Amino acid sequence: MAKELLKGNIAIAEAAIRAGLEAYFGYPITPQTELLEWMSKRMPELGRIFLQAESELAAINMVYGAACTGARVMSSSSSPGVSLMMEGLSYIAGTEVPMVLVDVMRGGPGLGNIAPSQGDYFQMVHGGGHGDYYPIALAPASVQEAIDLTVLSFDLAEKYRSIVFVLADGSIGQMMEPAELPEMRPMKKEYPAWATRGAQGRPRNILTSIYVDAEDEEQTNLRLLRRWKEIETNEVRYRAYYLDDAEIVVVGFGTAGRVALSAVRTARAQGIPVGLLRPITLRPFPTQQIRELAKQAQSFLVVEMNGGQMLDDVRLAVAGQAPVDFYGRMGGVVPMSEEIEREIQRLAHNPVPLYADVRQAWMQRLLQTKTKGAW
Amino acid sequence: MTTPQVQRQIVYRRPKALNDVPTHYCPGCTHGIAHRLVAEVLDEMGVIEKTIGVASVGCSVFGYNYFECDFVEAPHGRAPAMATGIKRVIPDSIVFTYQGDGDLVSIGMGEITHAAARGENITVVFINNAIYGMTGGQMAPTTLPGQKTTSSQNGRDVKRMGYPIRMSEMLATLDGASYVVRRSLHDPANIRKAKKAIRTAFEVQHQGLGFSLVELLSTCPINWGMSPVEALKWVEEHMVPVYPLGDYKVSPTVAALRIR
Amino acid sequence: MPRVRGWIEVDESHCKGCGLCVAACPQDVMHLDPERLTSQGYHPAALKSEGCTGCGICAIVCPDAALTVFREVIAPQRQATAAAA
Repeated sequence: MAKELLKGNIAIAEAAIRAGLEAYFGYPITPQTELLEWMSKRMPELGRIFLQAESELAAINMVYGAACTGARVMSSSSSPGVSLMMEGLSYIAGTEVPMVLVDVMRGGPGLGNIAPSQGDYFQMVHGGGHGDYYPIALAPASVQEAIDLTVLSFDLAEKYRSIVFVLADGSIGQMMEPAELPEMRPMKKEYPAWATRGAQGRPRNILTSIYVDAEDEEQTNLRLLRRWKEIETNEVRYRAYYLDDAEIVVVGFGTAGRVALSAVRTARAQGIPVGLLRPITLRPFPTQQIRELAKQAQSFLVVEMNGGQMLDDVRLAVAGQAPVDFYGRMGGVVPMSEEIEREIQRLAHNPVPLYADVRQAWMQRLLQTKTKGAW
Repeated sequence: MTTPQVQRQIVYRRPKALNDVPTHYCPGCTHGIAHRLVAEVLDEMGVIEKTIGVASVGCSVFGYNYFECDFVEAPHGRAPAMATGIKRVIPDSIVFTYQGDGDLVSIGMGEITHAAARGENITVVFINNAIYGMTGGQMAPTTLPGQKTTSSQNGRDVKRMGYPIRMSEMLATLDGASYVVRRSLHDPANIRKAKKAIRTAFEVQHQGLGFSLVELLSTCPINWGMSPVEALKWVEEHMVPVYPLGDYKVSPTVAALRIR
Repeated sequence: MPRVRGWIEVDESHCKGCGLCVAACPQDVMHLDPERLTSQGYHPAALKSEGCTGCGICAIVCPDAALTVFREVIAPQRQATAAAA
């Protein structure tokens, strides 16, 4: 199929449809609403299910119900809406039914704003809901990647009976770029043996997240963990740019990673041996790859559109082999390439000591660059 | 001289749709009667193989253990949303939720109201026993004025704790609701009427006529601090006046329904 | 007049001895058997005397579907039906 100019939210919606989505349940929230609107038009015309729920709580539980039938099902939302969905997500994880959720992140906490942010890293990558569970989190940095990862998300969800998040920030959702959509896949005709679709000619199926006996719950926790270890082994994805000889390694995902790439290219042109690792799977995190890089790198620079939520994961991966510095913009501010380039220059000339309080230093730098008492 | 002609019949036997697992309900709790009636209806309609039940949170949390059909277990209050997800994907299935008053009237008010407003083609069996049973007898939205519970120990003071919610009356105002009735389980005659209502509710769904709900006044002998028999009397004397029995919404298509 | 004889079977794995059937029995022929204990420790429902008609009310009020109700209708067959006409 030829490339066409597509808006991120709509591209994600259409990609899901072409991946064989049977049902979509959602609730309007900026900056993901075009996704829901596209679904409202396309799903019924294809004879599939679209329903605008009364709340994110209801939407995620409609997804939960549909997921129990083994159908390909998804929802989408943005940060505050996803917070509301956490209850359902924990139940879905505990019931081991597959589903996809697209989070087009915006500034927070609270109502925040509708500008692009990566402030949901903690709630998506490190839980959010209660109990031990391990969702897969995919972070696209372009409209094309958002399409590809959306298609992949359904396959991963079904393969591992897992929740898969497509974690896009508002920029990815709102930007228009040339991209290629996949062919329409045929709808699946067979459903897994565990699905609750009516006990015709078989014993009944029960899908629940209840394990009253603590030993049974622990067995379930272990089963989820074993499955997660399998996912960690098989599904780590990332993009490497100029890393072969990199002495400074920038780590950034999504839009922050994309802006960082421009900065890395400029710095390279100036002779600085810098490269970029852009995690595509935030969970499972490319821990081993970063640990390997730490053997050759002089220092790391984590760039995020939050206050350093991925920073600790990079630190754990680097494991004290090199200093890990940080630069972020928050509240819906997207960093400029020049800001990151300046950070790379600084690191090239003045590497931070191991275990420095890089967050404190970053806050100081950010305050200094702000003039006229804007804060 | 006469030869006696003996005709032997089974008047009642346990419905097939109810499996052989003893329930966790307390002795004399009328949850069990409601379960039994649902099972009898599923048997009579011959739909058990295409039925998917949605259990809720509260005493009926283990409802999935007792029916011979597929079952899922919803988060607290969300059963109508889950049922919506299932029913939309498999429209020719029979989907029912089984919810108590804490689940349906308190935390799940949004989900039940909107499911009814959408005319979601599901059946809701709603148990109103004026109390939170599973957590040990706390005040529910349905607790009667003055009723003592473990979280309203001097009785429900409506000035501070608000008034009971009459759910059937509320839902009946919604255009999407097709069949909304209140019955009681406190004596054999009322149990028979309750069964007929449950049958009608499932038929409404079976024939694609929209949202159906049967509210059942039920007992909680343990948390009310009464014997099972006293509890039945309490329903009749105290609950029925606050929650009058009757048909609150019977849409014209449902009224025309003839059940064999 | 045809004679009606009824009886019940109590599934003691389900009966919790709640007594709702005893209270509802129109013939007052049921009790909770003080001589028996179920595996759950309940005195199960039982017939205490003759007179069960197999009306099934006990089963209608039973929360545990523990009762199976049987009934025999014994109609005396007349030698000459014409005599009755």
